[in-house]
Amino acid sequence: MRTDPVVLTVAFGYLALLFVIAAWGDRRAETGRSVIGSPTVYALSIAVYCTAWTFYGSVGRAAESGPSFLLIYLGPTLAMLMAPFMIRKMVRIASTQRITSIADFISARYGKSSSLGALVALIALIGITPYIALQLKAITLSHAVLVNYPQAADFRLADESFWVDKSFWVALVLAVFIILFGTRHLDASERHEGMVAAIAFESLVKLVAFLTIGVFVVFVMFNGPMDLFSQVAESPRLVGALGLDAVPGGATGWVGTLVLAFLAFLTLPRQFQVLVVENVDERHLRRASWLFPLYLVAINLFVIPIAMAGMLLPVGNSDPDSFVLTLPLSAGLEGIPLLVFIGGLSAATGMVIVETIALSTMVSNQLVMPLLLRSKRLQLSSQGELAGWLLGIRRVAIVLILLLGYLYHALIGDSYSLVTIGLVSFAAAAQFAPALLIGMYWRGATRVGASLGLIAGFVIWVYTLLLPGFAQSGWLNPDFLEQGLWGLGWLRPYALFGLEGWDIYSHSLLWSLLANVGILVGVSLFTRQSALEQTQAALFTNAMNPGLQHTSLWRGQTTRGELQTLLSRYLGANATARILADQKSNPNNSDPAPPAMIARAEQALSGALGSASARVLINSVVRGEALDLESILSILDTTSQTLEYNRRLEQKSNELAKIGEELRAANERLRELDRLKDEFVAMVSHELRTPLTSIRAFAEILRDGKDLPEDKRIHFLEVVVLESQRLSRLIEEILDLARLESGRLTLSPQRLDLVTLTRHSVDAVHRLQEDRGVTLQVDIDMDEAPVIGDPDRLEQVIINLLDNAGKFADDDNPQVRLHLARHKEHVRLSVEDNGPGIAAEERERVFEKFHQIKRFSGSAGKARGRPRGSGLGLPISRGIVAHLGGRLWVEDAPQLKGACLVMELPQAPE
Amino acid sequence: MNESRTEARTHARLIALICLAVLMFSPPLVLIFNRPAERGLSWLPLYLFLVWLIVIGLAAWLMEHRQEDT
Repeated sequence: MRTDPVVLTVAFGYLALLFVIAAWGDRRAETGRSVIGSPTVYALSIAVYCTAWTFYGSVGRAAESGPSFLLIYLGPTLAMLMAPFMIRKMVRIASTQRITSIADFISARYGKSSSLGALVALIALIGITPYIALQLKAITLSHAVLVNYPQAADFRLADESFWVDKSFWVALVLAVFIILFGTRHLDASERHEGMVAAIAFESLVKLVAFLTIGVFVVFVMFNGPMDLFSQVAESPRLVGALGLDAVPGGATGWVGTLVLAFLAFLTLPRQFQVLVVENVDERHLRRASWLFPLYLVAINLFVIPIAMAGMLLPVGNSDPDSFVLTLPLSAGLEGIPLLVFIGGLSAATGMVIVETIALSTMVSNQLVMPLLLRSKRLQLSSQGELAGWLLGIRRVAIVLILLLGYLYHALIGDSYSLVTIGLVSFAAAAQFAPALLIGMYWRGATRVGASLGLIAGFVIWVYTLLLPGFAQSGWLNPDFLEQGLWGLGWLRPYALFGLEGWDIYSHSLLWSLLANVGILVGVSLFTRQSALEQTQAALFTNAMNPGLQHTSLWRGQTTRGELQTLLSRYLGANATARILADQKSNPNNSDPAPPAMIARAEQALSGALGSASARVLINSVVRGEALDLESILSILDTTSQTLEYNRRLEQKSNELAKIGEELRAANERLRELDRLKDEFVAMVSHELRTPLTSIRAFAEILRDGKDLPEDKRIHFLEVVVLESQRLSRLIEEILDLARLESGRLTLSPQRLDLVTLTRHSVDAVHRLQEDRGVTLQVDIDMDEAPVIGDPDRLEQVIINLLDNAGKFADDDNPQVRLHLARHKEHVRLSVEDNGPGIAAEERERVFEKFHQIKRFSGSAGKARGRPRGSGLGLPISRGIVAHLGGRLWVEDAPQLKGACLVMELPQAPE
Repeated sequence: MNESRTEARTHARLIALICLAVLMFSPPLVLIFNRPAERGLSWLPLYLFLVWLIVIGLAAWLMEHRQEDT
């Protein structure tokens, strides 16, 4: 079963199946029922990250350097966690700008620069070729192991002619295969739905294959993981194999590899292709951000058990990279090794297909097309459609890339294990990270800075990883590894500037990224951006800004006819009709093309040719200012203004809410006041009606009773007069109150002596108090008390206070005391009585209108027959005193133990 | 308004999760678990796989339940 014909039939059968899947995917896409419109398929397609390097190499790495193989997958896990921030932005940019590859992305960011795009494409070509070589080696090696076992699968490539070498034929077959389904048609967008479907399928196959061999080793060759690990623990050779000590470079190597894997996951051309270019819906990132890491866990689950088992058992082949195959072979199985071989084939072909397509797109769009457009534009223009040309260039590029990979493999492939080659490529791809990531977030990064940074990083990578690799495979004199270039010790490639003790990858990554980032930032700070660069930088850094979508930034002028000619020349008639769908145009149409149409045309050209070439072509037909920086900046400003407006609006609405709250409170208070006013009016009416009623009653008696005795008549008339006086006094008080409250009370303040005024007032009430039997005691401690006040009003207040005190003094022995004294800068006049006093909670209420203290005599239990007050005296008095800048309040009487009303007025200045 | 606030919440949680993952996968914590068990093998791989699965579980929960304001 392990004969060449069987293995080859199975392998070609598998490739044919892939082709069928791809064709089916393409046909479904054409009919609008895309098979890749699912986040799960998207996540599986990202798993193209797991190449033959994972499939065979992880076990080898686990056997040699412990858990460090996991770092290659932890880095991408971290990157996928950041997908909602970072990759989403990349996807958004790529879809609005029709980005076709990472070289195109970087070139577009830095002003659609064709030189930068070419630089990226070149670095990718040089850096990734070893990786492709690695896949070819894996396929050849696994085939050899499968067929030759138990003989050692020895092959010495360099000794044989290339046509005997199977790798050469593998490369050729793959090239044909990739050409067949990678470049079947040239679409306006560089999407390959069929390819993505096939890749997703391959990811499933390799996962199933690896899990199968894992389960077989752990549960069939051993009795479960406990058995395996207890056997491992008994082997002193293996103790410590899983610790950090086995990791090259220890803790630094650990971090270095983690960072390396993180960056490479984002910048490897094939990862960029499946992650960004082939993404059909940015919402798929949500599912993929955890599903893909889960895939990584699953495919790594059995790596350690297989590695341990391979080292425990005598499998006949000492190369740990082949344990996956040699373990089941040593158990005498036939079927499982074949399945493993197919799994490894999936891993390798998946990577080669995507990587080659990505690289060929870069080569044609970034390297060949700009040259063709520059040097032979006229000739090309006369060629008619360019679509055929482009496809031709890509096909040639695919063949050349694979042959390059084969060449690398044939010349130096033997000297490296799988893992080593993979990490060298990772470090090359990581050089794109600064230009890519910094460019996405920092608007100030310039083309010159990015180019120089890339070159510096690349040169250091070549010197610290690539050349030493050549030297170790005998291509170069390995002396410079030990002694440094020109014998300079600090130039040793593995210990640059004397930095020793690091593993070679962390060491190379540190120096190359340091130079790359440093130069990118440093040079950017001192160089200027061109207008187009500024625009692109703004568009990239603000890609998530909603204001920038669906915005046409074209201002130049051209005719529909010219645009149509251009498009059909490069994209063919069908694509042109689709892009300019809104009209049946003819080449002689001289209507001006609307800006949106020009933008669409450039996007379509970008999708096929890359942004730099599309720019050149559009500029050839569009006259005038093509892209307007001012308008884009104004859009950005507008959106930031909108945000500012929103913020202010929110602030305003908060204020409004607060004001509304205040208004409601004010309304509540007004209602309360309204209620008080109603009460006031009711009370006033009541107060006015009482004397009026008695006046009317007595007047009627006088009118009707003509025969009333004289003394009775006089008495009644006196009552009428008294009640009238009371009425007019009441009205006077109400008017006073109304004036006070409306602020229209007219006072005529003048300098006066409060002592004189007090004596005068006392004289006025003295008679009345005596009549009531009240003892009035007057203590005046001052000779003179100058205050500013209205004498009539002040007298009114003092009389009112004395009158009140008389009313509320003790029934049997009423006493009132008036005391006038200086208190700091004020004059205090206090009037106290020996009545029951006023409770503390009542003290402010006595100043309310119509508030009358209910007084009951202790024994009789009924109100005393004294003249009633109106309840307005104290409010009026307080109003007057307040108007004169003083205060009026109630406190405990110091001597007579009743109530004490205190009036305080400021002393008049000298 | 409410939607963007929920979004911001999810983003804040995601950032916290990323920080946690970076911390757990980096030397100071990794060194703690780099010790042999009684049977002789290091705990490190087991620790890494466990943390890895926990992080993925949290991420899955965060991504798939983001509509609900929990």
